Amino acid sequence: MNWISNYVRPRINSIFSRREVPENLWTKCDECGTMLFHRELADNLNVCTNCGHHMAITPRDRFKALFDGGAFTEVKVPEPIADPLNFRDQKKYTDRLKEARRKTAEKEAMLVAEGEIGRTKVVAAGQDFSFMAGSMGMYVGNAIIAAAERAVKLNAPLVLFSAAGGARMQEGILSLMQMPRSTVAIEMLKEAGLPYIVVLTHPTTGGVTASYAMLGDVQIAEPNALICFAGPRVIEQTIREKLPEGFQRAEYLLDHGMLDRVTPRGQMREELIKVLRMLLGLPEAVMADLPAPETPEPAAAKEAEDAKGETPETPAAKPEPKPAKPEAPKK
Amino acid sequence: MTIYLEFEKPLAEIEGQAAELRALAQRSPEMDVEKEAAALDRKSHEMLVQLYANLTPWRKCQVARHPERPHCKDYIERLFTEYTPLAGDRNFADDHAVMGGLARFNGRPVMVIGHEKGHDTKSRIERNFGMARPEGYRKAIRLMDMADRFGLPVVTLVDTPGAYPGKGAEERGQSEAIARSTEKCLQVKVPLVSVIIGEGGSGGAVAFATANRVAMLEHSIYSVISPEGCASILWKDAEKMREAAEALRLTAQNLKELGVCDRIVAEPLGGAHRDRTAAIDAVGREIAAMLDEMKDLDGQGLRADRRKKYLDLGSKGLAA
Repeated sequence: MNWISNYVRPRINSIFSRREVPENLWTKCDECGTMLFHRELADNLNVCTNCGHHMAITPRDRFKALFDGGAFTEVKVPEPIADPLNFRDQKKYTDRLKEARRKTAEKEAMLVAEGEIGRTKVVAAGQDFSFMAGSMGMYVGNAIIAAAERAVKLNAPLVLFSAAGGARMQEGILSLMQMPRSTVAIEMLKEAGLPYIVVLTHPTTGGVTASYAMLGDVQIAEPNALICFAGPRVIEQTIREKLPEGFQRAEYLLDHGMLDRVTPRGQMREELIKVLRMLLGLPEAVMADLPAPETPEPAAAKEAEDAKGETPETPAAKPEPKPAKPEAPKK
Repeated sequence: MTIYLEFEKPLAEIEGQAAELRALAQRSPEMDVEKEAAALDRKSHEMLVQLYANLTPWRKCQVARHPERPHCKDYIERLFTEYTPLAGDRNFADDHAVMGGLARFNGRPVMVIGHEKGHDTKSRIERNFGMARPEGYRKAIRLMDMADRFGLPVVTLVDTPGAYPGKGAEERGQSEAIARSTEKCLQVKVPLVSVIIGEGGSGGAVAFATANRVAMLEHSIYSVISPEGCASILWKDAEKMREAAEALRLTAQNLKELGVCDRIVAEPLGGAHRDRTAAIDAVGREIAAMLDEMKDLDGQGLRADRRKKYLDLGSKGLAA
């Protein structure tokens, strides 16, 4: 990292950033307790610079780091009917939704984007744990279907970053029905012969794990991510015994044959490029920090405009002019 | 001896009185109690009609879980002939919470698969209360695959509190097994019909119930989470299961309105457990009707039909 990417870029980012910089500029690592300066932390993709603990990252921030030059176009997701069950627990579901929208400045728990990663056309879908625990409701189902349809149309692979507490109870049976619905979407990709890569991030649980998050051609997880069907607490209550250290964590699942790889966030981009290009039969990528593609499709940009809906801010990241910075290719 | 549910207590009292009277009369034949007993019968019948006319969602959950409700095994024994159980996932074990195999339905060979809860303590433990482990789903996948290759329609009978939340189940990939089973349901090029006969518990149910046609017994339920689980998460109080059951819209009637279930099978008065054979036969007629609806579709048509059903779901909500 040089002065430009370490100092200037975060500044530019912060100017364009849709969320205001919190007053508290320091974040405490939940794992080692180190106080981390917010810029440094953001630069390191929310991974603790001291202990390597992976903290949550929003899909938008992730995509900015993932796509070439931070440029991507949002894929429009069809709007589902709002609150189909007129659900109310201690709060109304519609109020919970409003609150989540206000808190995250996002419309829902999944962001779908298209763009280039290492000059490879990719559709990416990212689940947002900060939005009602990333829970899978009709919008998330629609997002996965939209992502798959877009991937098929572009003849591009789909990379999905999962993060969810499970199904969205407030949508009752209709949230459960996103299990078969999302599976239909994955089927479309498979029939089109397109790679589907799942990156499981902390935490991925419940109905999400038991559907699209476990159906990838390649299953990659971030270190120490909790990945399970039933949560550890439920299991402890059921079997009435303590669970072993590291149970249901990424490394544990890797050991038990449920994953292909556990890859740190900092190396994910490179790994995705490598794997995707091989699956697509493309030549090796030139490993470099590529600038944003120069000719963004006007039609796609238009779609993104439409997709904005209620949120007034510009949805996609601004393509930042950044010089290509060759890096020594890693082994 | 009937097992009464909590809300049936007043009914139990009246039916008990009638039975007592009759027992008394049997010991002393000179007593004529038939008139009084018949009056009590009428009263209890009226009460039963009233109780079941408007069951609350939580009461429906209780009926759906009634220990004497006919289970998968009962349906297979009565509705199918030449049932030949097929065991094992060829990997790890045979899961007794899932039963399945070849059988004839109205003479036609089919593959039947379902969750079995067991009917007494011993069989309940053996069946793990109908909570399947990965092996169960993998057995189902294997059987569906076989059905697909030999062109046999698949009939699934769903009755599970949910997939088993255990250590070994997680280690062996509970979520992967469920995901693959749902995927297999969508892939097969043979008719797939499903009946929710009791509890349709979350992902454990979806893995079998992703079908061309889904029928539900009148007092069965199908939900993303148990009312108790939902109450403890959203109300922070597991005792609020009545409210949760209400909010989740998990009854067959709600699900039909939402398009998740296609048909409702009427139950005998007082629930399937009060007249098991009538309930089972009604389900049999429904399975026949559902299979009949699909007789003109070829393999691709059947897959497309299933896809469309799920892609279209969610286009309508409940009336406010």
